[in-house]
Parts: sequence; structure tokens; C-alpha cells
Amino acid sequence: MKFLVCISNVPDTTTKITFTPDNKEFNKAGVQFVINPWDEYALTRAIELKEAQGSGTVTVLNVGEADTEPNIRKALAIGADDAIRVNAHPKDAFFVAKQIAAIAKDGGYDVILMGKESIDYNGFQVHGMVGELLGIPTVAPAMKLDMSGNTATLEREIEGGKEIVEVNTPFVASCQQPMCEPRIPNMRGIMTARTKPLKVVEPTADAPRTEVDSFALPPAKQGVKLIPAENAGELIKLLRNEAKVI
Amino acid sequence: MSVLVVVECDGGEVKKSSLEVASYGSQVAQMLGTTATAVAVGEATESNLAKLGEQGIGKVLYDSEPRLKDFVNGAYTKLIAAAAQKEDAKVIILANSNIGAAVGSRLSIRLEASLATNVVELPKTDGGKFVVKRGAFSGKAFADVELESDRKIIAVKKNSIEALHEDGKTAPVESFSAQLTDADFADAPKQVIMQDQAGGVLLPEADLVVSGGRGMKGPENWHLIEDLAKALGAATACSKPVSDVDWRPHHEHVGQTGITVSPNLYIACGISGAIQHLAGVNSSKVIVVINKDPEAPFFKAADYGIVGDVFDVLPKLTEAVKQLN
Ligand SMILES: Cc1cc2nc3c(=O)[nH]c(=O)nc-3n(C[C@H](O)[C@H](O)[C@H](O)COP(=O)(O)OP(=O)(O)OC[C@H]3O[C@@H](n4cnc5c(N)ncnc54)[C@H](O)[C@@H]3O)c2cc1C
Ligand SMILES: Cc1cc2nc3c(=O)[nH]c(=O)nc-3n(C[C@H](O)[C@H](O)[C@H](O)COP(=O)(O)OP(=O)(O)OC[C@H]3O[C@@H](n4cnc5c(N)ncnc54)[C@H](O)[C@@H]3O)c2cc1C
Repeated sequence: MKFLVCISNVPDTTTKITFTPDNKEFNKAGVQFVINPWDEYALTRAIELKEAQGSGTVTVLNVGEADTEPNIRKALAIGADDAIRVNAHPKDAFFVAKQIAAIAKDGGYDVILMGKESIDYNGFQVHGMVGELLGIPTVAPAMKLDMSGNTATLEREIEGGKEIVEVNTPFVASCQQPMCEPRIPNMRGIMTARTKPLKVVEPTADAPRTEVDSFALPPAKQGVKLIPAENAGELIKLLRNEAKVI
Repeated sequence: MSVLVVVECDGGEVKKSSLEVASYGSQVAQMLGTTATAVAVGEATESNLAKLGEQGIGKVLYDSEPRLKDFVNGAYTKLIAAAAQKEDAKVIILANSNIGAAVGSRLSIRLEASLATNVVELPKTDGGKFVVKRGAFSGKAFADVELESDRKIIAVKKNSIEALHEDGKTAPVESFSAQLTDADFADAPKQVIMQDQAGGVLLPEADLVVSGGRGMKGPENWHLIEDLAKALGAATACSKPVSDVDWRPHHEHVGQTGITVSPNLYIACGISGAIQHLAGVNSSKVIVVINKDPEAPFFKAADYGIVGDVFDVLPKLTEAVKQLN
């Protein structure tokens, strides 16, 4: 079975977010970039399923400029077989989805796995768009994925519960915990990753449909009002009479 | 030209987040000099749908096809696309839920629309532009995004818009059929399993949340969290390490890699306030932190705080709530 895993390159979760002086762009200076944490679930699960099937391939795909290659190599070190980078600035979710759909169409992949959402722009969009572009189902967000032949059984998270969904290949799923324990690269993986194929392709001509005008940081908190522990009950009165939330 | 609002219903009632979506939609309609129509999904009653007039909705479309009770991506997308065509909708507004965002992304392709999810404010339409503010970087920032296509789809984040209430106003409910066929239900769930919610309050929809971290020491102490939650009518939540070791179920885990909540009140008990935890809760209106360490980073993000032992403080709070009620 052919798996395609889409990974996005995002600032480490501990990053202090700042912007360029005109507030137009995220300030990348000194920021450590990682594989989007949700995408690690997609990658590891694809590798596990391939191993269980005893054959097949796992291809990782990123839409990004050359500076994403260290994280693509990391995905290869974790166990993907080969990689594709669409050489473009990921302008918006629609643009990214168009690139992924074009690669998926050419490659004849059976299972397309993504993360639940990117932790930088929090779109929760690309998987639905790719499914629609390819005319196949998208299951998002999936907490569990098992395959039997060409049929997948997934658990999809819904507000307050979960659904059991069955779909046939090809399909798109976006992954989150507790799907698997994300793997980290081992020494052998890191050595072999260097020689695994990483193909760079040029983007399609599609234009994005959204544009960021500016970024802003949330207003700073006014400072905490401390209530002595002996007087804990006082807090409840403040929540009712001052904050008016209970 | 009109504005179309997608309202999610459950057990006959319109979800609270959808009342906010309806209010958002009617205000956008007013800005654009047109009216807002709602299309309902899920299990609804006609009388509850008519009450959407209170949120400024002019008309409600409802397809009573029984298989639409549970979320089916294919069928919901087709239904809403058909309603959008019928109403010549230029702006479509949904909840930023696992239903709304999933349908919204498919619709944006089908209707060739610009899509913004996680939207927190009404649009700005100066100078012929259409700009929405959305949360980005997991709650650490906002982005003003221009929607450039002729059609626009907006998924509104819960608890960021005040729901309107014009008492007694009703909207006509029209039956509407999208002529759905079996093929549209091909991705229907085989089974839907709802969680047992402590106290019956769903975490993603909750106005009040009481949350516990590693400082609670073990699952045997969670009755302290549950008692306070019950007294307040709040939902319960936890930090990631707590669900990682199975003290609490995974669906209670909030944060960057869990669910994002934006209640009116978030009470954090024995949680240090790591940046990844804050990402999931920092759009809460009021944050209360109870921690024995005065240096815990969470105090910097808090509105109210108690430096103290959760085992001592929590029972006092529960008692104080009971006295108030
Ligand atoms: C408001 C906003 C501002 C933006 N600003 C910038 C910017 O300043 N600089 C910039 O470089 N980009 C920017 N982008 C683009 C962004 O980096 C993303 O690549 C793209 O928008 C998809 O992000 P998302 O949050 O919508 O993805 P989601 O729909 O949340 O992502 C779901 C999944 O899709 C896959 N995926 C997402 N992106 C990619 C990718 N690039 N390659 C492969 N797979 C992917 C991953 O598996 C991911 O888990 C911006 C996007 C938005 C919405
Ligand atoms: C990629 C990544 C993603 C992550 N995603 C998330 C996420 O989504 N959500 C999340 O929560 N975490 C996440 N984390 C983990 C995060 O970094 C923290 O480790 C975690 O939030 C800490 O949980 P905690 O506050 O419960 O525990 P701790 O950090 O151990 O804090 C316990 C706190 O309890 C206090 N305490 C102890 N005893 C008492 C007492 N008797 N009374 C009062 N206070 C007491 C202590 O002073 C301390 O501040 C993520 C980490 C990474 C690397």
C-alpha cells in the first residue's frame, strides 16, 4: 500500500511569538522549526501500518522552501522511504491543498495522512480541501486508524464523543493522539536518511484565496489579583460580583 | 444575495455555539444590506428553529431527512451547498467545530470560496475589502486575513461573539430538500459513542471549566475537582501529563496538542502553566490559578490566584459556591 504523509514545518511549541516591525510576517529569527506535532502521529502510524502489511511505501510531502529540508530529513530518519518537497512558500491552505492534491493524483496513493491542524496557523482545513479536490472522503480528526485489506476503520473525535467510521481506500485522514506513540529517529535511521530520495518539484500555478494583512499579539493581562488561601471563599464572591462569570 | 448561517442542533436544541454563529451571520447581513438565512443540521425541532428569529435570522431551512441526525460529511456538504445556491449566499458562516470546520473546508472547494477558520470578530469591510480576525499560533496571536474570493466562508470560534436575544422574535421554518441519495451517506458513521460527561457538561461547549494537573497527585483525588465542577455546573478538564498516565480520559486534555477551550471561567488546580498548556486555554475570559508555588508561570496568565494547597483550597471553594446558591 502506498502512504502519503503531509508534514508542515512549524515553530517549536515553546517559541515566543513575535512579528516583523510592520506586523506583516512572523519573525523567524532564532526560532527552532519542528515537524508539526500532529503530523508526527500521521507519520508514525503510516510506518506502523506499512510494517504490519510487510510491504508498501511511505512518502513524505512538504510544501515549503529549502529551509524545511532538515525536518524532511528527520521524517526520513524516523522511517519514511522517500520525500517530495514542492518548492514554494505555503501561501495559504487552499494553495497548499492544491499542491498536495496534484502530487496525490500523480502518485496514486492509497492513504493520505495529515495532522489534525498546523500549530502555527491552526487552519484545520487542508485535509478537507484535499479530500474534496480528489473526490474522496476525509476523516478528521482521527484518534485511531486500523486497516484490513482496503478498508480502514477509524475513530473520529466529535464534540463530546467519538464516531466509528469505515472507509475504503483511497481516503484522507488527519491524525491526533492517542493514535500511536510518535517515534523519534535512531542512529541507523539518521544514517540511512541521508541517502533516501528527496525530490524537489515546482508548484502548480494556483493563486491563494486569502492574504494576511497583519498579525497582532493578544492584549497583556492586567496582572493577577491574589486572594489569601485562608480566605479562599472570597474568590467565589469576586467571581460573582466583580468578574460576573458565575 | 444573502448570508447563509449553518446551525448545528443536538437533541432538538440549537447548540449555544450556533446561536453565536447565527448572531454573527445576522450582523454580517446587516453590514452587507441583506438578510440572513439559517440552514439547520442535526436533530432539531421546528419551534426551537423558529426561535432563531431572536438572533436576527430571517428564515430557516430544514431538511427532515432522518439520516442527517448524525454528522455525515458528504451529505452535510451537499445540503449546505444546495442551500447556498438556492439563497445565492455570498457569505457562509459555520461554527469552528469538528463539524463546521470539516464541512467548511470541503465547501470552500465546491463553491470556490475563500475560507477562514477560528474567526473571533465581525468582519471589517472598509475600502471594499473583507477582512476577518482569526486566532493563530495556538492562541498566542491573531491574524487579520483578507478573504479575496467573491464567496466567503467563515468558521467562528466559540465564545468570541455575544449571542443576540431579541425576545419573542420568530423566523419562518421552511422545509428544504437537497435530494440526498444513498451515495451521499457513504461516509456515515457506523456507530456514535458519546462520553459520560461528569455532571453532564460537555467540555467543548462549557462556559465554566475546572481543570486539574499533576499537582492533584493522583486520580483518587479527582473528586475535589468534580465536586467544585458540580457545584458550579462546570465541565472538568486536565493537563496533558494527567491524561498521558490515564488519571483522566484523553478527551479532557486541553492545550496545544489537546482541545482548545474558551470558556468564561477556567480554574486551573495544580497546573504549572507550561506554554503548551496555556495555548489551549488562554482565550478564556477569566482565568483562576490555584498553585502552591508562587513562582508558577500560570500566575502570569491569571486574573485571580490563590497561592495554596489544592487539598486545602478546593473544598473551601466548593463550600463557598454551595453557600452562594
Ligand atoms: C492566517 C495565515 C497566515 C499565514 N501566514 C504565513 C506566513 O506568514 N508564512 C508562511 O510560510 N505561511 C503562511 N501561511 C501558510 C501556512 O504556513 C500553511 O502552510 C497553510 O496555510 C496551511 O496551514 P493551515 O493551518 O491552514 O493547515 P491545516 O489545515 O491546519 O493543516 C492540516 C495538515 O495539513 C498538512 N499541511 C499543512 N501545511 C502543509 C504544508 N505546507 N506542506 C505539507 N503539508 C501541510 C499537515 O499534515 C497539517 O497537519 C499562512 C496561513 C494562514 C491561514
Ligand atoms: C510538543 C508538546 C506538546 C504539549 N502539549 C501539551 C498540551 O496540549 N497540554 C498540556 O497540558 N501540556 C502539554 N505539554 C506538556 C507541558 O509542557 C507540561 O509538561 C504540562 O502542561 C505540565 O502539566 P502540569 O502542569 O499538570 O504538571 P507540572 O508541570 O508538573 O505542574 C504541577 C504543578 O502543580 C503544583 N502543585 C503541586 N502540588 C500542589 C498542591 N498540593 N497544591 C497546589 N499546587 C500544587 C506545582 O507547583 C506545579 O506548578 C506539551 C509538551 C510538548 C513538548
